[in-house]
Amino acid sequence: MSAVIIAILVLLGLAVVFGIVLGFASVRFKVEGNPIVDQIDALLPQTQCGQCGYPGCRPYAEAIAGGDTINKCPPGGQSTIEALADLLDVEAIPLDDEHGEEKPRSIAYIREDECIGCTKCIQACPVDAILGAAKQMHTVIMSECTGCDLCVEPCPVDCIDMIPIETTLSTWKWPTPKPGIELIATDAGRGSAQQGGFA
Amino acid sequence: MSQVFAFHGGVHPPENKRQSTRTPIRQAPVPARLVLPLSQHIGAPAEPLIKVGDKILKGQRIADPVGRISAALHAPTSGTVSAIAPHPIPHASGMEAACIIIDSDGEDRWIEHEGLADYRTLGKAALTDYIRNSGITGMGGAGFPTDVKLHLGDDHIVNTLIINAAECEPYITADDMLMRERADDIVAGIEIIDYLLKPSHILIGIEDNKPQAVRALEKALAGCSLNIDLRVVPTKYPSGGEKQLIKLLTNVEVPSGHIPADVGIVCQNVGTAYATARAVHHGEPLISRIVTLTGEAVAQPQNFEALIGTPYELLLRAARVSPNDLYRLVVGGPMMGFSVDNDQIPVIKTTNCLIAACPDEMPAAPPAQECIRCGLCEQVCPAELLPQQLYWFAKGRELDKAKHHNLFDCIECGACSYVCSSAIPLVQYYRNAKAEIRSDEAEQRKAEHARVRFEARQARLEAEQAEKEARRKARAEEAARNQAARKDKPLATASSTSPAPIAAPAGEPDLKQLKTAASVARTKLKQAQKALKNAEDKGQEGIDALRDTVNALNTKAEAAQQTYDQALNADSAASTAPDAKQLKTNAAVARTKLKQAEKALASARDNGGDDIAALESRVRELELRARDAQQAYDAADAGAPGIDPTKLAELKADMEAAKAKVDKAQAALEGAIASNSPAVEKMTAGVEKLRGKYQEAKAAFDAAASAPAVPPIVSPTRLAELKADMDAAKAKVDKAQAALEGAIASNSPAVEKMTAGVEKLRGKYLEAKAAHDAAASAPAVPPTVSLARLAELKADMDAAKAKVDKARAALEGAIASNSPAVEKMTAGVEKLRGKYLEAKAAHDAAAGTATKDVAAAPAAQAPVDIKALKQQVSIMRTKLKKAEKALQEADADAAPPLEAEVKELGARLNSARETLNAADQARIAAAAAAGVDLKQLQVDAALARAEVTKTERALGSADSTAATELEQALLQARSRADELSKTLSRFE
Repeated sequence: MSAVIIAILVLLGLAVVFGIVLGFASVRFKVEGNPIVDQIDALLPQTQCGQCGYPGCRPYAEAIAGGDTINKCPPGGQSTIEALADLLDVEAIPLDDEHGEEKPRSIAYIREDECIGCTKCIQACPVDAILGAAKQMHTVIMSECTGCDLCVEPCPVDCIDMIPIETTLSTWKWPTPKPGIELIATDAGRGSAQQGGFA
Repeated sequence: MSQVFAFHGGVHPPENKRQSTRTPIRQAPVPARLVLPLSQHIGAPAEPLIKVGDKILKGQRIADPVGRISAALHAPTSGTVSAIAPHPIPHASGMEAACIIIDSDGEDRWIEHEGLADYRTLGKAALTDYIRNSGITGMGGAGFPTDVKLHLGDDHIVNTLIINAAECEPYITADDMLMRERADDIVAGIEIIDYLLKPSHILIGIEDNKPQAVRALEKALAGCSLNIDLRVVPTKYPSGGEKQLIKLLTNVEVPSGHIPADVGIVCQNVGTAYATARAVHHGEPLISRIVTLTGEAVAQPQNFEALIGTPYELLLRAARVSPNDLYRLVVGGPMMGFSVDNDQIPVIKTTNCLIAACPDEMPAAPPAQECIRCGLCEQVCPAELLPQQLYWFAKGRELDKAKHHNLFDCIECGACSYVCSSAIPLVQYYRNAKAEIRSDEAEQRKAEHARVRFEARQARLEAEQAEKEARRKARAEEAARNQAARKDKPLATASSTSPAPIAAPAGEPDLKQLKTAASVARTKLKQAQKALKNAEDKGQEGIDALRDTVNALNTKAEAAQQTYDQALNADSAASTAPDAKQLKTNAAVARTKLKQAEKALASARDNGGDDIAALESRVRELELRARDAQQAYDAADAGAPGIDPTKLAELKADMEAAKAKVDKAQAALEGAIASNSPAVEKMTAGVEKLRGKYQEAKAAFDAAASAPAVPPIVSPTRLAELKADMDAAKAKVDKAQAALEGAIASNSPAVEKMTAGVEKLRGKYLEAKAAHDAAASAPAVPPTVSLARLAELKADMDAAKAKVDKARAALEGAIASNSPAVEKMTAGVEKLRGKYLEAKAAHDAAAGTATKDVAAAPAAQAPVDIKALKQQVSIMRTKLKKAEKALQEADADAAPPLEAEVKELGARLNSARETLNAADQARIAAAAAAGVDLKQLQVDAALARAEVTKTERALGSADSTAATELEQALLQARSRADELSKTLSRFE
């Protein structure tokens, strides 16, 4: 009988000790904020374009953490959706057309002769990538522009173009090899699609 | 201790080196045109020092290095710079890059140059700079600027210098031939590098398939004071890889992600050593290199010493290429090179070999098949990676995993692809995956940067907002303090003199409060009644209690109402002068109600409802009430004492404030329309409401302004002001009109909106004009119109006429060209004509008053039926138009009689118009005599009518929630329109 009591007492004692340890840990090592939001935010393209319906990438990250769908980010495109699906361990779904479609990365370009210096685009730019002052022509700092589109709409003289970023030698990527299975052995010039031939 | 170690993997492809070593190095011809890419090396592109058109000499520096990792560029021959422009360069992408293009003058004239007499007297830094300025880069393949490597001794302990003479890739013999023929220069170069790096020992690694080169080197080394260890390594691809050669010679492995200098080793290519020697000893910058021309498609495979910038085509021709056999042109070796399809691409500092292959030699890669996991690739990988695993990851886009499997340690040697039994282009997968990872990382960096900037901006905006808020609060506090200070003063004086006056108003029944109380009581009563009814319907318990409550509430409500009524009566009794405004509102409300009731009655009649009688009685009652209200108002209005100027000013201020509000709202609305905002409907309603208010204010003001017994003498300044207003309005109209025409011409979709805008502006202008005219015609003191004014009017009239003529001409042109805009234009012409007539009328009137006596006006006040006259005029106009049209459509024979008819009709129209104008004039005079500005009235009436139609339209498209609101607005607008038209009809 005493063995049973001893066992119960021991277990009780252990429970109390562990309870105290856990309670202390939950206070001492409390995580501020929701760490998943930071992780989601890191995956989003940070264009701050608001196409998702939230005023910036972080609010959308918070919304995703709160259970919103992950397919509302056209600038990020399918790759971002996949990364998010991977992170959140959910099914990757196709991009929601409602919020726009995936477009090639572009940057804003101000046709400077036409700019009237109204500063409207400067106020619209979420990353301060437009330089200018009232009645002075504005220009886009290319390296800072995220291509979010937000400056195009407020321009009263429509002098802002979104120009797709051209591939340069430094940004050129080796193409994905074409799966050879698409070629059949009797194809004339087979493989030339993969390697490129000298005419 | 000539020990040689081994590295993992490696392959033994057919060497194919003998073909190109049969003849000595040959000087390639000087091309007529040389193309020098600004970026022939790893690092930043060089910056051109010369301009297009500059004459340059051989060896002249033409581009400077930019930044630490970059290389200078020198003119390979003398000539003229013909362009600095994009040109295809040797790159796997086949893309273009900025190049300096030189037209050679054929003289090949050197710039003055001489080598350093004794480089040892020069400091290390100066010597390295000299090498940097000679544009020397690694000649082995990557093109890493040599001076950077020579600086490695500064921050690394370099104990071993390895000279890479392995040249392991098949076909290439450039280094082999260089060693055979110019071993002395190579050794001299090694001495220079030794001087700069001060290694403890020097190793030369050479494959055992180059015995002649080994012999030549040994011979050269015999005269060298340095202790150089020549090590012959077995032939195995890729023993020439930097890390592989290090492993071979020293058995040291360079850790992943590190450079050889981190383990105390620096590698230099033999070609680099040779180029360094040429630069230091002879003052010749890097302007040429040895290029192997080989492959089965060339008849004479050999090595050329070619100038940098020589197009491939020239070398191929020099090696006697047969174009029919040429199937593929490969730059570099067969393992790591890439195919190009443009033979105008130039030789650059890293171009060591050109293989002109025929189809049998380098057949197209067979279709890739599925990986059978044979594991051969793993066995040959010199970097000891798991190629098969990397392939899966690259193919499945699992880039993270690929990265973790050390994808970036892959040297892309191609050994795995070479042995792959399924012919999978493995290296291409790796290159693609590497590029993807790099671009992803770049994007990630950019995103991070954008996030930082976004957050910084957010913080800045918040700070600004907070600052603003703080300022606003401070201001509010200040204002409150001032207010309190002001309040305290009179309070103190008042309380000290007599406390009674303060108590008195407090004791009076507060009308507003009472009214609220009454309505609250009513609402409660209604609720209780409803509850009671509900309960009764359902036969619930507690009906009695509810009934009691209802009764109690009923009495309460009645009591409240009574109190309110009493207070109201007392108040109205107390106020000696009846409040005209209140009365007016009452009258308007009564009218509106009456209209509503009438409408209800009509609809009831239509629907055959059974409550017609009730409605009829109600209508009658309302009619009575409306009449009462109107009478009360009229009485009050008539009896109203002369309005003093301060009151007038107040009213005016009210009106202007209302107007400003309307304008603001309108602007906001337009903005909303432009941006397609969903709030447009609501805003429209708001604007309408504001406009209603404004018009009320205006009406009040007008009434007040017209009422005063004191003659409203308009001062000349005021007149000028009005005139200025009018002109400004006119200018606006003209501008808008021009814009509109432009829009029409360009078929812009905004035409409709713009038309509306123009109309609005025109309305404003007319208003301004009317105000001006009224002011101009009102002054009783000088009724005569000044000659200047007359001339002005005349000018206006003429301008209008000219416009009409122009518009008509345009219209005819449009008709002739069958333009679809004819209808619109016709309308425009009509409008212009109207304007012209107006201007004419104004002019005529002015002329009339100026010449005739003032007394003539009442004389003309004969009962002329204006409407009939108007009709006549329009009938005439229509007839004229028809005739004109007929004339235009008619052929030549029928034209004369028609023309006569048109003329006759025109004359008749004019006469009719004149009569009408005269009558109109009389009318205006009569109205003016009655103290009413007829034109203003007309404008107001038109505006009111427009409002009615607008509201109706809005109502038509509105949904049910907005409908009630709109309906009310409509009723209001209608009542106002009716009122105005009634007033108007009194004068017509």
